[in-house]
Amino acid sequence: MVEESIQREAIEAAVHAVAERIEAEKTYLTELDSAIGDADHGANLHRGMQAVVEAIEDAEETDPAALVKLVGRTLVSEVGGAAGPLYGGSIMSASTEFAEGIDTASTVAFAEAYLAKVEDRGGATVGDKTMVDALTPAVHTYKKSIEQDELPPLAALAKAVDAAERGVAFTTPIRASKGRASYLGWRSVGHQDPGATSTLYCLEAILDVATEYLDGEIDRDATSPTVPDESAEADGSPEGEE
Amino acid sequence: MKKLINDPSDVVDEMLEGMVSAHPERLRRLDGTEVLVRTDAPVDGKVGVVSGGGSGHEPTHAGYLGEGMLDGAAAGEIFTSPTADQLEAMIQACDAGEGVLVVVKNYEGDVMNFDTAAEMVEMEDVDVRQVVVNDDVAVEDSLYTSGRRGVCGTILVHKVAGAAAARGDDLDQIAEHAEGVIENVGTMGTALTSCTTPEKGEPTFDLGEDEIELGIGIHGEPGTERVEQMPADDVADHLTEAVLDDLGLAAGTEVLTIVNGMGGTPLSELFVVQRRVDQLIEEHDLEVWDAWVGDYMTSLDMEGCSITVCALDDERKELLAAPADTPALTVRE
Repeated sequence: MVEESIQREAIEAAVHAVAERIEAEKTYLTELDSAIGDADHGANLHRGMQAVVEAIEDAEETDPAALVKLVGRTLVSEVGGAAGPLYGGSIMSASTEFAEGIDTASTVAFAEAYLAKVEDRGGATVGDKTMVDALTPAVHTYKKSIEQDELPPLAALAKAVDAAERGVAFTTPIRASKGRASYLGWRSVGHQDPGATSTLYCLEAILDVATEYLDGEIDRDATSPTVPDESAEADGSPEGEE
Repeated sequence: MKKLINDPSDVVDEMLEGMVSAHPERLRRLDGTEVLVRTDAPVDGKVGVVSGGGSGHEPTHAGYLGEGMLDGAAAGEIFTSPTADQLEAMIQACDAGEGVLVVVKNYEGDVMNFDTAAEMVEMEDVDVRQVVVNDDVAVEDSLYTSGRRGVCGTILVHKVAGAAAARGDDLDQIAEHAEGVIENVGTMGTALTSCTTPEKGEPTFDLGEDEIELGIGIHGEPGTERVEQMPADDVADHLTEAVLDDLGLAAGTEVLTIVNGMGGTPLSELFVVQRRVDQLIEEHDLEVWDAWVGDYMTSLDMEGCSITVCALDDERKELLAAPADTPALTVRE
């Protein structure tokens, strides 16, 4: 496990990357939400991530679990609605997986705990046209790539992002059966889900940060002291952002 | 649209300030929040009973703060759930070590934020139980809900749970009494006009000059059907029959009825409806134990009403008759 100060640096980098990506996409996210929701997803998430950036910069602790929990808590208080508890509450709840620090195994545990909480709180499963459609394949792919295929964390994360992207595409042709869009019934068909989309953006931003950190080190052994940690962090923290 | 407001984004804050200045002996605001609590919260030796939700339903929920009812009430923005950190602050402020019962109206945002708050306080070792009120018989799923919506029946849950807490019941017993109300109460509403939210400044939905909407939600979300305006007795028939159909009560059952104003309805009209509701209850061989008429669960300035029927047993009657001293509801011994 790398030093806490480096873990903190990676969390900060991930938070900034996600905040920037959400800022860049906020109008598009709101457009998607206008079609099948209440037209506030981009603005709410943007406001939440700006607050997260400030909170993390002001935070004095270096303990990764506490920092990730702070990310979640800030999203809970700033995003509101259903997205606040879904993104923020799930990050808070999953943050305990980093109690012993961030490494490859704990990022897998974090991802699974985060997904379980989102499913539990929102009551949605794959095919309901929600963020779960992007999240579930991403988390399962990440876990399988690490545990069965024994890929290095960065490669596993890249595969997870691909899986999330396919999940987002899958939300367009299907009918919503959870969340605000479900009220539209068949009229929701043909529209891409904003929650699944923002989830993908968060993962892509994390992957960018991880790639930057691990550039040229992809071939390293997954159990090497630095690679897994940094990539793990980048991975964990972004999930936090979702 | 004419409104007695200043900046629309200040409405909730200024309303809360006004409530506290009108009831300084009863209400206290938690610093830096939109949470009001009883001045003496947490009350030693008593389970806390709290609620919360979007604003715009006044006197719900802060109007029911006080002895025999609620210890805490969290106000979100208009028609928007309070955030989980505010709910967390409220639950903590109302916990005297005996635990806290949280009364939630069934809306997705509310349920998710309350769930998150419950998890947050459980980490701090607060014993917390939630009950979710879903008394609206009109629609099964809606714009803001999966399952039935929580509406005016919530006030009876506040009353029964608050009275049980005041007499010293423990958290499990209080939750059981609350669930007892939820299983035995039904409500259905109608709108004659749309509500107008301060931020939007125009009606939430369009309703024709001669149309009313049956099964309306308390945020102006759609109901079951739009029909041509009809006499008060026909409206009362339609709403009451739908509620009684849902409850399926045995002859002789004692009930409490509420004719609730949506915020913009004259009291005279509510009494006209009450008169017919009373007749209907008798026609169904049920017995009116008590009848409440007034604005309990409103939808800003919406014109219209809802009708609530709650089946009673001895326990619920005792708890409903127990003293309550709140800004919006007083029951004397």
